[in-house]
Amino acid sequence: MKGDGMNLVQSIQAEQMKSELPAFQVGDTVRVSFKIVEGKTERVQAYEGLVIAVKNAGIGKTFTVRKNSYGVGVERVFPLNSPRVEKVEVLRRGKVRRSKLYYIRIKVGKKSKVKELIVSGKKDESVTETAAPADKA
Amino acid sequence: MIGLIGKKLGMTQVFDDTGRLIPVTVVQVAPNLVVGKKTTEKDGYDAIVVGVYEKKKTRVSKPYAGQFGEGLAPTRVLREFRDFEKDVQVGEKLDVALLERVRYVDVVANSKGRGFQGVVKRWNFGGGRATHGSKFHREAGSTGQSTYPHKTFKNNKMPGHMGNERVTVQNLKVVRVDVEKGVVLVRGALPGARNCDLLVRKAVKKS
Repeated sequence: MKGDGMNLVQSIQAEQMKSELPAFQVGDTVRVSFKIVEGKTERVQAYEGLVIAVKNAGIGKTFTVRKNSYGVGVERVFPLNSPRVEKVEVLRRGKVRRSKLYYIRIKVGKKSKVKELIVSGKKDESVTETAAPADKA
Repeated sequence: MIGLIGKKLGMTQVFDDTGRLIPVTVVQVAPNLVVGKKTTEKDGYDAIVVGVYEKKKTRVSKPYAGQFGEGLAPTRVLREFRDFEKDVQVGEKLDVALLERVRYVDVVANSKGRGFQGVVKRWNFGGGRATHGSKFHREAGSTGQSTYPHKTFKNNKMPGHMGNERVTVQNLKVVRVDVEKGVVLVRGALPGARNCDLLVRKAVKKS
C-alpha cells in the first residue's frame, strides 16, 4: 500500500519527462530552440551559448546557458524537460574538468574560453555540422 | 457541495500548457461508495454519506456495520458531504470524474502533529536576544498585569500542543484530473502527512 502511492507519483513524473533527452554536457556550446508564445502565434527562438551548469535531477532538471551579448554576459536557465525547449544542438564540444563552470563569469579574454574537446580518430557525429561554432565567448 | 474522500500521495511538479513547472500534490481517490443519504425531513439536513477502503467483516463491530445497508461492505473511512449537488443513489460509486469540471477545490485534512511546542514555533513570537546579557530567550513574556486585570485573559497565546488538528485549505487550483489513474493533481501543498485521508471539496469561495 505504501510503496504503491509513490509509484503513482513517479509514473506521473515519468509522463512529463522527455523520452529522448538531448545529449550535451557541461562545457559544450549549444544552440537551444526555445518556443515562445506571443498572443496566439508561436515562434521558435534560438539561443546560443556555453552550457555552464546542469542542475537538479528528474523532472526539474535544468541547464544554464551563458553567452556574451554586446559585451554583457547573459545567462538563461532552461528546464530540460520543458515542452518549450524544442531541441538542443551541440555546436562544439568542450574540454572541461568541472561540473559547474561558474568561474568563467569573472574571467576575461582567453581564460574565459573553453578548449574544444577533440575525440581522437573519428569525427564526433553528435556535433551539428552546418553551424559554424559561435565565435563569441 | 460536491466532494470526495482521497489520499495524499506526495508532491511533484508538472508542466502546464505554457511550459511552466507547477508544484502539485497528488491525491489518490479510490472509488467512493455512497453508503447513505440524510434528508431534511428525517435528519434535519441534506447530506450524503460516503465511505472508502473496504474493511473485513470480522473486523467491524455490529453497531458500525449497522450503518451500511444490504449488500454494502463496511468501509474504514466514513464521511458526510452536505448538500451534495449531484443526484446519487445509495450503492453508487463515485470517482475522480466528478471533479473534472471543477477548477478550484478546498481540501480538509488533519495536519501533522508537532507535539508540545513553545510560543516561538507555535505562535511565531519573536523571542529575545541570545547574547549581550539577555536572560529572555524563547519565553512567552507577561500574560497579564497585577492590579488590573488581575488575571490572565482567556485565549492567551501560550505553549502547548501544536498540529494534528483539522485544517482546511481553500481555493486550491485543480491542475489535472486523471480518471484512468484515479488521481487529482492539486496545485501547492496540502495539510497532513503522506498517505493521510483528505476531503477534496469544490471550493466554496471560488469557482
